[in-house]
Amino acid sequence: MSTQLDLECRQVVKSFGKFTAVDNVSLEIPQGSFFSILGPSGCGKTTLLRMLAGFIEPTTGDIRIKDKSMLGVPPNKRPANMVFQHLALFPMMNVAENIAYGLKRRKIGQAEIDRKVADVLERVSLPDAGEKRIEQLSGGQRQRIAIARSLVLEPALLLLDEPLGALDLKLREHMKVELKQLQHEVGTTFVYITHDQSEALVMSDNVAVMNEGRFEQVGTPQDLYYNPSTAFVAGFVGDANRWEGRIESLEGGQAMVALEEGGVIATSFAPGTSFSAGETVDLFVRPEAIVIERSKAAQEKARLSGGKNTLSGVVQNLLFDGANSRALVRDQATGHEVMVSLPQTGAFSDLKSGEALVLSWDVEKTRAFKATKAASQGIAA
Amino acid sequence: MSSVSTLSGTAEQERKVPVIKLGTFLLMLPLLLWLFLLIILPHVDLLMVSLREKLGYREYAFSFQNYIEFFTEPLYWNTFVRTAVMSIIATVITLVVGFPISYYIAKVLKGKKRSLLFMMCLIPFWVSELVRTFGWMILLRESGVISSFLQWAGVVDGPVEMLYNDASLMVGLVYTSMLFMVVPLVSVLDTLDDSLIEAGYDLGGNTFNILREIVIPHAMPGIASGCIVVFMLTLGNYLTPTLLGGKDGLWFTEQIYNQFITRFNWESGSAFGFLLLILSSAIVFVGLKLSRQTLADTVK
Repeated sequence: MSTQLDLECRQVVKSFGKFTAVDNVSLEIPQGSFFSILGPSGCGKTTLLRMLAGFIEPTTGDIRIKDKSMLGVPPNKRPANMVFQHLALFPMMNVAENIAYGLKRRKIGQAEIDRKVADVLERVSLPDAGEKRIEQLSGGQRQRIAIARSLVLEPALLLLDEPLGALDLKLREHMKVELKQLQHEVGTTFVYITHDQSEALVMSDNVAVMNEGRFEQVGTPQDLYYNPSTAFVAGFVGDANRWEGRIESLEGGQAMVALEEGGVIATSFAPGTSFSAGETVDLFVRPEAIVIERSKAAQEKARLSGGKNTLSGVVQNLLFDGANSRALVRDQATGHEVMVSLPQTGAFSDLKSGEALVLSWDVEKTRAFKATKAASQGIAA
Repeated sequence: MSSVSTLSGTAEQERKVPVIKLGTFLLMLPLLLWLFLLIILPHVDLLMVSLREKLGYREYAFSFQNYIEFFTEPLYWNTFVRTAVMSIIATVITLVVGFPISYYIAKVLKGKKRSLLFMMCLIPFWVSELVRTFGWMILLRESGVISSFLQWAGVVDGPVEMLYNDASLMVGLVYTSMLFMVVPLVSVLDTLDDSLIEAGYDLGGNTFNILREIVIPHAMPGIASGCIVVFMLTLGNYLTPTLLGGKDGLWFTEQIYNQFITRFNWESGSAFGFLLLILSSAIVFVGLKLSRQTLADTVK
C-alpha cells in the first residue's frame, strides 16, 4: 500500500431496533485528506460520525483507524477527536484551560502543556486569547478554539459535526476557506459531516453523498457535480431542473424522452447505464448549462443548430443574487417552469418579467436516471 | 389595523403609568406584609427582649446577662456546637446521597421513568413530617420491624434498640432533607449540555475527572443552594431530634423551646434564638466563601 489509510470502515451497520440508521457503509480515507459526508438530515451521517468517535458501537462491521480496529475502544482511548455541533467548549474554564484539558489527561508536564497551548493558539491566530472566558469570544473565535482544543492532541482523525451551522452566512463563508487552509497546513485528516452541499464542495478532497443510511456516491467534488451517478446525487448536489418522462426512442448514446407535461427532450446517458424504450426516467439539467438568447437572429440560429434541446418561454420571475442571478422561465409549449442562470457578463442585466427567451442546451448536459422516489427527496432537501 | 391598535396601546400605557405602579405595589403587598409582620417585626422584638433583664414583677433593665449566661453555661455551649456540627454532617451526607440520585434523574433517565423517579422522591413529602418520623420509629424501635426481623432471622438473641442515638437522628435528618437537595441539583444538572460530558470523554477524560472538572463546577450553584436550604432546615429542625434523638439527642432548638415554654424565660430564649440566627448566617457565609459562590448565584 503506497499511502497509509487513516480511516477504514468495513461494511459498518448500525440499527436501532428495526430501524437501520447506517446501512453497510464502507469507506477508506487516505492520510492527510479532507473528507466530507454530505446528506440531508436524518440520513445517518451523525450516527456514522459518533461511531467513529466511539460514542456508539456499530452493530456489525469494523472501524479501523491507522490500521487498528477500534471495536470496543472507548472514546477517551481513540486517536480521534471531535468538534461538536455546538462546539461544547467548557464554560467553567478559560480558553487556555479548555485547550489544556486533553493534554492534562495525558500526564504531560505543565511547561510542555503551556508551550503546546501557546503553539496551537498561534496556529489558529488567537495568540492572546488564553486568559479569556469562553463567553467573551465571538462565534468565529469559539469555532477556532474548539478546533484548537482537538488539534492540540495531534489526533489521527479530526471529526467535525456541522460546526459551521450556527454561524451567520458571511462568517460561514469565511470559516470555510479558513478551515480548508488550516487542514492544508496541519495535514491532519479531517472527516466533516454537513447537510450544506456548498461546504462539502468547497472544502473537501473527497465527498461521500449519504442517503437513507447508505453511500450514494463517493468522489471528488467535481465528480459529484458533473458526473452524478444516481438521481439522488444529481438532485442533492448543486441545483438542477428536473423533469419526469418516458423514453420514446433510443439511438446511440442518446434518447428522446417524452415529458409528462408534453414536449420531447433529447438526453444522453451516464456511462455504464442502460435503458430501454418505454422506461420512466428522471431528467436533470443544471441551470448554468442552459444558454439563453433573446434576439430574433439568435433565436433562429438556436433553432437550426443541431445537437441541442431548445425551448421558447416567457420570463416568470427574476431572482437577482449578484453573480448567482437566475430567471424562472415558463415553457410556452408545456407550461413547465425552468430555472436558468443569467450569464455573469451582465448581458441580461436589463431582463424583465414577461420577456420572451429562447433556451437551448447540449444534449450531453442532460442527465437521465431511472425514476426513483429518492430523486424527488433530493430536490426537496 | 395593527398600527391603529399599537397607537392606542401606547397612549393608554402612558396614561396608565401611575395605575401600573399601584398594581405592582398591590401585587407585592402580601410579600411585603409577610416579610414585615412575620420576619422583621418579631426579630426586632426578639432582639429587644433578649437585651433586657428581669429585675422584678414588670421591672426590666437593659443588660447582656442573657448572652453572658449562654457563654458561661457549658451545656448551652456544647449543645450549640453539637447542633452546628451535626447539621453540617447531615448536609454533607444529604449531598453525597442526593447527588448520584439527581444525576441519575437528570442525565441518565428519559421520559416516563424520569418523572416516575422524581415523583418517588416527592411523594414521601405529601405525608406530614410527624407521620414520617413515626415511620422511622416503627422501623427502628426495640419492638420494631428491623429488630423483629433480626430476631426472626436469628442474627441477634434479644431485641435491639436502634432509636435514640446519633445515627438514628442522622438518618431522620437526611431523610427529611433529601428532597430539598434533589430538586435544585436536578434543575442545575438539567442545564448541563450532554455534549460537554461527551467532549470530556472525547478529549481523553475519565469519569472521575469529568465529574470533578466539568459536572461539579457546573452544578456548583445548585449544590450551594441545596446545601443552604438543607443546612437551615436541619439546624432549625425540632421534631426529628426530639423524636429520634431521645434524651441525649440535645438540639439547640430544644433549648430554645425549654426556655420559652418550660422555664417561661423569654429573655433567655430570645437570646438563644438570636444566637442561632447568627450561627446559621455565619456558617452559610463561610460555606459560600469556601465554594467561591455568591448568594445571587444560588438563586439563579
